[in-house]
Amino acid sequence: MKIFATYNIKGGVGKTATAVNLAYLAARDGYRVLLWDLDPQAAATYLFRVRPRVKGGGKALVQGTRSLDAAIKGTDFDNLDLLPADFTYRNLDLLLDAAKKPTRKLGRLLGPLRAEYDVVFLDCPPSISLLSESVLHAADVLLVPLIPTTLSVRTLDQLTEFIAGFDGDRPDILAFFSMIDRRKSLHKEIAAALPRQRSDVAATAIPALSLIEQMSVRRAPVMAFAPRSTAARSYAELWAEARKRAALPPAKPR
Amino acid sequence: MRTALREFVLDDSGMPESDDYLVALGPRLRWRSDGRARTVRRAWLDTFDWRLYRAGLTLELTSGRGPGQLTLTGRDGAVVAAQQAGAAGGRPRWPGLLAALPVGPLRERLRPVVGVRALMPVARAASTTRDLRVLNSDDKTVARVTVDRMSVSYPARAVLPPRLTVTALRGYQAQADRLADILAAARGVAAGAAGALEAALAAAGRQPGDYTGKISVRLAPQAPAVVAVAAVLEQLLGTLQANVGGVLRDIDSEFLHDLRIAVRRTRSTLKLAGDVLPDGIASRFRPEFKWLGDLTTPTRDLDVYLLGFDAMAAGLAAAAPAELRPFHDYLAGRRAAEQRQLARGLRSTRFSKLTAEWREALSAAAATRKARPAAAQLAGRRIRKAHRRVLADGGAITAASAPERMHELRKRCKDLRYLLEIFGSLYDPGEHWQAVRELKSLQDCLGEFQDTEVQREEIRTFAAQMMDRRTAPAATLLAMGEVAAGLAIRQRQARSEFAGRFRDFASPASQQRILAMTETAAS
Repeated sequence: MKIFATYNIKGGVGKTATAVNLAYLAARDGYRVLLWDLDPQAAATYLFRVRPRVKGGGKALVQGTRSLDAAIKGTDFDNLDLLPADFTYRNLDLLLDAAKKPTRKLGRLLGPLRAEYDVVFLDCPPSISLLSESVLHAADVLLVPLIPTTLSVRTLDQLTEFIAGFDGDRPDILAFFSMIDRRKSLHKEIAAALPRQRSDVAATAIPALSLIEQMSVRRAPVMAFAPRSTAARSYAELWAEARKRAALPPAKPR
Repeated sequence: MRTALREFVLDDSGMPESDDYLVALGPRLRWRSDGRARTVRRAWLDTFDWRLYRAGLTLELTSGRGPGQLTLTGRDGAVVAAQQAGAAGGRPRWPGLLAALPVGPLRERLRPVVGVRALMPVARAASTTRDLRVLNSDDKTVARVTVDRMSVSYPARAVLPPRLTVTALRGYQAQADRLADILAAARGVAAGAAGALEAALAAAGRQPGDYTGKISVRLAPQAPAVVAVAAVLEQLLGTLQANVGGVLRDIDSEFLHDLRIAVRRTRSTLKLAGDVLPDGIASRFRPEFKWLGDLTTPTRDLDVYLLGFDAMAAGLAAAAPAELRPFHDYLAGRRAAEQRQLARGLRSTRFSKLTAEWREALSAAAATRKARPAAAQLAGRRIRKAHRRVLADGGAITAASAPERMHELRKRCKDLRYLLEIFGSLYDPGEHWQAVRELKSLQDCLGEFQDTEVQREEIRTFAAQMMDRRTAPAATLLAMGEVAAGLAIRQRQARSEFAGRFRDFASPASQQRILAMTETAAS
């Protein structure tokens, strides 16, 4: 089981769109995929038309009174399941703080699902918190959307430095430019230059496209309603890079 | 991921080409068609004697586009194992032995159930399926309904009423259950009790498990013995004829085995109870059935060798299993020749005349109006007599007795065994099973004693023949010598076990069982 997490301190940078579209593409490749919507705003849950409710809330999951397994919902797409968000997830930090080894908690909770899923996506809320730290520890690959500004490079460096301080396993970082406005020359320059200089920045950049914004109207991954669009193609390229970075073996025929 | 299934069948007179039954879902649940209809060809495989069906397993071969898929399911419909049908050497052809399947969990799961039998299609059909999504008020899929229109092409042509399968999406079980309840209450929809295979067979006028090599006629204790004996013989004739096709096509070794057993049982019935049949029928047909029995012997003997060959080779201590290979090739060559001989016999006028005349004679016998003796009376008398013979002959055997005495006793045991089988339905199943079990333990010992002797002698003959034809390397002859030595050891072992086995068989409790069982039925 490989765990991918979409992470950035900032909000509105395309984390959820990335998690949803990449999870869809992984499932389409034949992997058994679970997406865990950890954000109490429940955007990913909304996109899959699932009601944002988990019985017993985040507390039951973190304290183990309810297994993750029982809260999982099937999406409309084969091989793709969702662990929905719940408004009580806003307190996950407090709950984790009360748990033993809080930064390892998320990984432990996902352990029992190892036999059932090949790929897990964690869609994180924008913050620096105990929850995000736990996510960073659990993940094999961090997918970090960057807005093309010079400041965002600094943010990436800070994150890299933070992770370098981890004991034991550290996630691979795969940053990528998101919401590129192709009319702005600064965007184009940064998005072209950085991947050549740094191996932790993906060659693929996701443009700012109204089709991606339309996901929240259509309530579906972009490939499901615009399979031949530039947006769909960009996500497919990004997934190919992410899959390679995670060294994911080919899906087993089922 | 989807879980839990519920199946329904639509009334034939209902709405054959529309999806009106979904209107019954009411305004709260909406549905949407999902993709185009797909057509797949389906075949269900089982052994001739329904071993998979009896073990609660269903093996289905589906093929649409791409290579076919084999799926093994249990009674609850859950998948036990699945794999692509194509083997390394191309697509297996059916009927075929298990060895034709690629190595994998499916083959391993089938091995103990299927044994040496071939898998063959028991039904063929084409299914056109269409998927419908059932949506909630958020337009979220909560369940899928698959509509399957199946037409059967084998064992007979038939069109089945559409079948609906409701599958819940994970986490939406309650909604799917509600949907299934609504469907169950809708007009023209009935709960689908039978699986697809049962439904296909029923539509084609067949039942799974409709062949058994066992004697299954239910005899009435007070029925005239002549009627009972004729009924048993008629079933044996049915079994015999059911296996001829498989023997001629040489599908697997068990067709011949079952055919031979039917012949042996027929011969024993004629010998032990044939006197109740009218007009000297028994004496007229006994030589003909002996001919038939003799016709089948050479091929079966070689089958026994070949089926046990790997175990025999594995049991070698000094020689390498590969050294026996020329012996295997020799046996296989001999078998091919004998099989041709056998097929010629089964295609002969003599054989078709025998079965036709035999059937006629049995109908005539069943129509005789001789009420006495009653079936249970005759059965009791003959079983007790045969039982006394076994006790007397066995009791006379000592450690010093000649092997011939053991062989004779084996024949007497067979007489008793066949009588118990022929008239088995007259008795309490538990008591009967126990009586057969005790006898079988003795028979196994006697069988081992004689078979090892016969095989040892045969190996000498084979070796001499292989020498004559110069097809036997010295290493092979040495290995064959080792096999013969192993057989001698097994024979001595069987001889040493005999006294104990016979003591158990002749115990007062066991004797009492036979008496009580046969007398209760006759009273």
